[in-house]
Amino acid sequence: MSAAPARRIALYNLVPPALGLATVVGFFVVMEVLVQTNVINRFIVPPPSEIIGSFGRVIVEEHVFSRFVFTLGECLMAGVMITIFGVAGGFLLYRYKLLQQATETWVAAMAAAPVVLAYPLFMVIFGRSAWTIIMIGFVAALPPVILKTLEGLSGTRKVLVNVGKSFNLTASQQFWKIMFPAALPTMFVGVRLGLIFALINIVGVEFLINYGGLGQLINDLAERYDLPGTYAAICFVILVSVVFFMSLEKAERWLRPVD
Amino acid sequence: MSPTSSSASDILTADNVIVRFETAEGPITAVDDVSFKVRQGEFLSVIGPSGCGKSSLFNVIGGLLTNHQGTVQVAGETINGPHQSIGMVFQEESTFPWRNVVDNVAFPLELIGMPKAKRIEKARTFIKMVGLDGFEKRFPGELSGGMRQRVSLARTLASEPKILLMDEPFAALDEQTRLLLGDQVLRIQQQLQQTTLLITHNITEAVQMSDRILVMTYRPGKVKRIVDIDLPRPRTSEIVGSEAFGRYVAEIWNDLREEASRGMKDEEEHALHEGTAS
Ligand SMILES: Nc1ncnc2c1ncn2[C@@H]1O[C@H](COP(=O)(O)OP(=O)(O)OP(=O)(O)O)[C@@H](O)[C@H]1O
Ligand SMILES: [Mg+2]
Repeated sequence: MSAAPARRIALYNLVPPALGLATVVGFFVVMEVLVQTNVINRFIVPPPSEIIGSFGRVIVEEHVFSRFVFTLGECLMAGVMITIFGVAGGFLLYRYKLLQQATETWVAAMAAAPVVLAYPLFMVIFGRSAWTIIMIGFVAALPPVILKTLEGLSGTRKVLVNVGKSFNLTASQQFWKIMFPAALPTMFVGVRLGLIFALINIVGVEFLINYGGLGQLINDLAERYDLPGTYAAICFVILVSVVFFMSLEKAERWLRPVD
Repeated sequence: MSPTSSSASDILTADNVIVRFETAEGPITAVDDVSFKVRQGEFLSVIGPSGCGKSSLFNVIGGLLTNHQGTVQVAGETINGPHQSIGMVFQEESTFPWRNVVDNVAFPLELIGMPKAKRIEKARTFIKMVGLDGFEKRFPGELSGGMRQRVSLARTLASEPKILLMDEPFAALDEQTRLLLGDQVLRIQQQLQQTTLLITHNITEAVQMSDRILVMTYRPGKVKRIVDIDLPRPRTSEIVGSEAFGRYVAEIWNDLREEASRGMKDEEEHALHEGTAS
């Protein structure tokens, strides 16, 4: 009950993030040295110090925060959509075996398809707008959510289903009180995978069609041959994914307290 | 033509229950013409070699299997599907990992729409009964196997079933935990005067706990014998050393040995056959 061991435990908990940060810093230092000693050409990779130096410029002149929010918003929208439609789709495939047998392979193939190549088609339908970007992200990210939902529902342990039966649950109680919570962790894996797919595609399409948030900024800066700026913008994309995954991790821990 | 005459205190009657399964190697009869009665408040164990149809029989009584022949009646009402007066505890770990202990135990109360404060209070009494007070807020992932099995038991008890069915509830546990849990179940059963059916492979456990033991034969699963256990109560694991106890164990082992060795031979032949076939 003394304070000293508690403080030691608190310190221990700080070690992993500190190590992570140190690795990033170490990487930057190594790159800096390699570029400054001309081992790496500075016209291919600018020295990290210059990238960090261009942060201020990118933030002030390129409205990076509004772009950041734009891209984040697109990801969020796609995320909500894949969750709703993916879980519903996974449920339908689970519920109707014929549908599953008929389409499961297709859905799996879709997951591997480079949907982004179909961007002209989306442009025709949705115009050069945020919806084109969101819809490509949505279509690209939907399959893993469907598949993981299906996997989670089919994988519900038989004995839990039997517990439900022995308590005489109705079909809807059986689903909402047993199948759904039992499948939730697996569905979550699907949503997380889906968000990775969505983020990649969304930034990619922004870059391709030169519209919207951070992807467009990268395109602009690269075209102006502003390499430190380009890399700084890429750092912001990484920041989007970090924000996303940290909040997802929080949500996940809240949904499944222990396992 | 019933094997025993019907009486008012019989809460469960099984009449000529037959269960057949279609398998790749043709139909098998898992339960063959099983009839027995259980009195109100009685503790009946079912014992028999592996694969003799014990679980199938329980699943019929619990309403999880409905393609059987014969009838099962609870307090005069014929079972056809899960019945609210029957509670089951399963061999496999069956707690809900997404609910903490209280919410697991309160599950059946939630289903009948009991208000939250009331069902939590009621769940607590059952948690206390299985000796898990202090663990209300823990999740199954934080508990040992024995504790989880007690949570399952408390959850089933919370639905206040007229008949408690337990299918090898301790099979996955170590010997010491098993003995202690056995004592606890017995104490609870006596305290609630709970009609209980227990499947077990453990003769000692069966003799220690039961009023009667139903011994089943190996394939097809018939009733070989029903043994009355005439030992004084309360019983704890201490009576295991007594002479009368030893006699019962020897007697039942005698019955079982025949069946078990028949079962083993059958399985060996089967394996041999598969071995030459492939
Ligand atoms: N759903 C099923 N389909 C086909 N055969 C089954 C099915 N369930 C059980 N059986 C067969 O019926 C027989 C009896 O099975 P059951 O599970 O009732 O035995 P048991 O006495 O509970 O065995 P154990 O002691 O190993 O739990 C076994 O031969 C088993 O292979
Ligand atoms: Mg069994």
